[in-house]
Amino acid sequence: MTTTHFDIAVIGGGPGGYVAAIRAAQLGLNAVVVEREHLGGICLNWGCIPTKALLRAAELRHSIDEMKAFGITVGDVSVDVPALVRRSRKVAARLSSGVTHLLKKNKVPVIEATATIGKKLQNGRELLLSDGTTISAGHVIIATGARARSLPGIEPDGTAILTYREAMVPQDMPKSLIIVGSGAIGAEFASFYNDMGVAVTLIEALDRILPVEDEELSAFVAKSFEKRGMKIMTNVKLKSVSAGPNGVTAILAGDQPKLQADRMILAVGITGNVKNLGVDGTAVKIDRGHIVTDGFGATDEPGIYAIGDVTGPPWLAHKASHEGIICVEKIAGVGDGHAIADGAVPGCIYCRPQVASVGMTEAAAKKAGHKINVGQFLFAGNGKAIALGDDAGFVKTIFDAATGELLGAHMVGPEVTELIQGFAIARRLEATEAELMSTIFPHPTLSEAMHESVLDAYGRAIHY
Amino acid sequence: MSVNVTMPALSPTMTSGTVAKWTIAIGDMVQSGDVIAEIETDKATMEVEAIEDGVVAQILVAAGTENVAVGTVIAVLAEDGESIDEVASAAMVPPQIEDTAQSTAQSGAKTPTQPAAEGVASNTEAKPIGTVTPPEKTARIFATPLARRIAAERGIALDQITGSGPHGRILRRDVESAPAPAMHAPENYSPANRAAPLSASSMNVPAVAGASELVVNSQMRKSIASRLQESKQQAPHFYLTIDCHIDDLLAARRRLNEKAPEGVKISLNDLVIRAAAMALIDVPDANVSWEGDHTRRFQHADIAMAVAIDGGLVTPIIWAAEAMGLAALSKTTADLAERARHGQLRAADYSGGSFTISNLGMYGIREFAAVINPPQAAILAVGAGEQRPVVVDGALAVATVMTVSLSADHRAVDGAVGARWLQSFKGFIEHPVTMLL
Repeated sequence: MTTTHFDIAVIGGGPGGYVAAIRAAQLGLNAVVVEREHLGGICLNWGCIPTKALLRAAELRHSIDEMKAFGITVGDVSVDVPALVRRSRKVAARLSSGVTHLLKKNKVPVIEATATIGKKLQNGRELLLSDGTTISAGHVIIATGARARSLPGIEPDGTAILTYREAMVPQDMPKSLIIVGSGAIGAEFASFYNDMGVAVTLIEALDRILPVEDEELSAFVAKSFEKRGMKIMTNVKLKSVSAGPNGVTAILAGDQPKLQADRMILAVGITGNVKNLGVDGTAVKIDRGHIVTDGFGATDEPGIYAIGDVTGPPWLAHKASHEGIICVEKIAGVGDGHAIADGAVPGCIYCRPQVASVGMTEAAAKKAGHKINVGQFLFAGNGKAIALGDDAGFVKTIFDAATGELLGAHMVGPEVTELIQGFAIARRLEATEAELMSTIFPHPTLSEAMHESVLDAYGRAIHY
Repeated sequence: MSVNVTMPALSPTMTSGTVAKWTIAIGDMVQSGDVIAEIETDKATMEVEAIEDGVVAQILVAAGTENVAVGTVIAVLAEDGESIDEVASAAMVPPQIEDTAQSTAQSGAKTPTQPAAEGVASNTEAKPIGTVTPPEKTARIFATPLARRIAAERGIALDQITGSGPHGRILRRDVESAPAPAMHAPENYSPANRAAPLSASSMNVPAVAGASELVVNSQMRKSIASRLQESKQQAPHFYLTIDCHIDDLLAARRRLNEKAPEGVKISLNDLVIRAAAMALIDVPDANVSWEGDHTRRFQHADIAMAVAIDGGLVTPIIWAAEAMGLAALSKTTADLAERARHGQLRAADYSGGSFTISNLGMYGIREFAAVINPPQAAILAVGAGEQRPVVVDGALAVATVMTVSLSADHRAVDGAVGARWLQSFKGFIEHPVTMLL
């Protein structure tokens, strides 16, 4: 049994953990990553990246249907599902090996094991690894991520009732599919499977799909999904689900008729991986499946930190990475000493149409007592969007009337996931409407819709 | 070689300013760092320091001149060995007075004074002087646009703030946590030049019929004027007056202070605030504000107290006064009054509130009617406690009586509600034990 001491040990090699380890190495700290399965975590292997590969296939498939309008004739079209999935896996594998390389380059060792936090030492903490070895570290960062939540009495079986994990490696396409939950994961799978010709029913317990987004975005996406032939049911609660040879039967609460489909995807949120960490008996607090931390990842137990999905929503890779960085910088005593500000984390959903947002929704801004100026600009008035043949959607901006602070930006439509960063930067730099108005946006680009939305908030939109 | 003093840009949005006061006169020696003038903008008054040594050769803009464009030469210093007359004759630069805000853009693009300033430069190699001079000489303060705007609105000077952002950049949070500028008042009043007090000698001057003096109104005065004018014009005021016997209250106060911990001295005003807070909770219909389509009902008695300060008044707030013990209340009021007089209130100290108390008892005022502090719906005017003849059981007796008047906004508070509130208040005042519950 060997004992090795590190400055920082990171449990979990996802976008929170590996980024934290690299930042630690940059700061001259001696860091180690303990990862049980794949470097890159869920994001790289079973989340963000492979689903983007699938959605790209869906987008290409969809654009073939549009070819005629562009004067291009296309012959017979077929989808090779296994090939499509193989590509998605290849993309994930390439990036995972990229992370391996990055850690190696930064001289961060990776131990393939699970870890349990052990006893307090004079110079930190002991970590007991599943391979039988023990290491120790001055600071332990828990970055174990999260896993799919299931509903009571509804257990995914991996063949008929799926979680995201099986849903992204289908061997064939079902004829019909029920998706439970209409957050980012549910909406993306709904979009993908619908483009693949599957009859999709999307059900949501709350009163609208994409319930954390601005209401106008939810309504727009719902309308667009329905136009594509999806069935959307809101205010629906599952009573029970049974899987048989003929597929899945869902009994709904109330007097709603039962639903039947070949398969079901459960996308009802995720819960933190907080078991077997060895934090029982320490001051680390766990609240509803997530570790409680301050703005810098510190738990109530000195020397133990947590970042990313295991600390709670929003469950986003980029939030985890940033938390990893500020946690390590705080440990190292560098950085500007600011925790992640409210509303600083942008969110992106890659369904068709894409959704992206940062900051407060209109309802949240009003509830917080802001007097607001709201601007909106439709992509139907944007030259580039019209040329692309993809002009459905809009950009909505919300400003504090008193200070001109950009409180929130909400976008739906072509490539908005690539555009939102403009507003995220504006918020970070504390730009007001004046700077955004006087910034020159290149023509012809989709980003002009962002400019017009800002102008519209002050009654100055030019093309409206 | 002479040195030009120009109108500095004291905020990013400042395009013109008023020379409130010169603290130098022609012939004075100034050293770098000396305060030479006070400049008033629409937001604040700030001191301007010399950045060069010299002798004041000429003052081109008289104190009190308004709308002097940023960059305009306002004074000229002669440097060592120069005769101030030479410099003065070389530096005949007419001040640029802005007539409208529109000329902002113009002055930004090309300062109107440039030709004149260049003329001086070619003759005398004049150098600009002052804390802030046109762009190329500016000591740049890094602050986010939002931080700049909030600072400008609150009249906070950015150079007084330490930035916590990257490379010391001033962020919004830095401005928001900065102390408010001196003599800060609701609605971001800012200090300004006031009339010099009449000196003893001037009092001895025989009265001249119709003699008067024109004093430029400070931003604080203008702000008080517009808010209270708005209040009187828009809020239908009605007034209710009641007498409170306060002998028991005074006795209770004496006993409390005998037992009070070191450093705590409960004032009559503290007890009045306490009673008003209890009454607002007791009669919540009076704890409201009128907001057009809505009436805001406050959950707490957030009581603003009017504090007279040099040149105006401020109304810092005791948040949730009903939840405070008398000792804590007393400390809070003392702290707020102290900070108000020293101009150290923060915006959060005076923004909001559900009700105001104005107490002029210490001036011997028997009773008065106050103007409501909008958007609040009521204000209590407290007079002096004094011994008065009263009738007790059909016979004349002496009691200490304090008369209070409630001014209420009839849009939000009806007469009966105001009356019930005053009854409740009087009940607490006359039976002080009940307000200690």
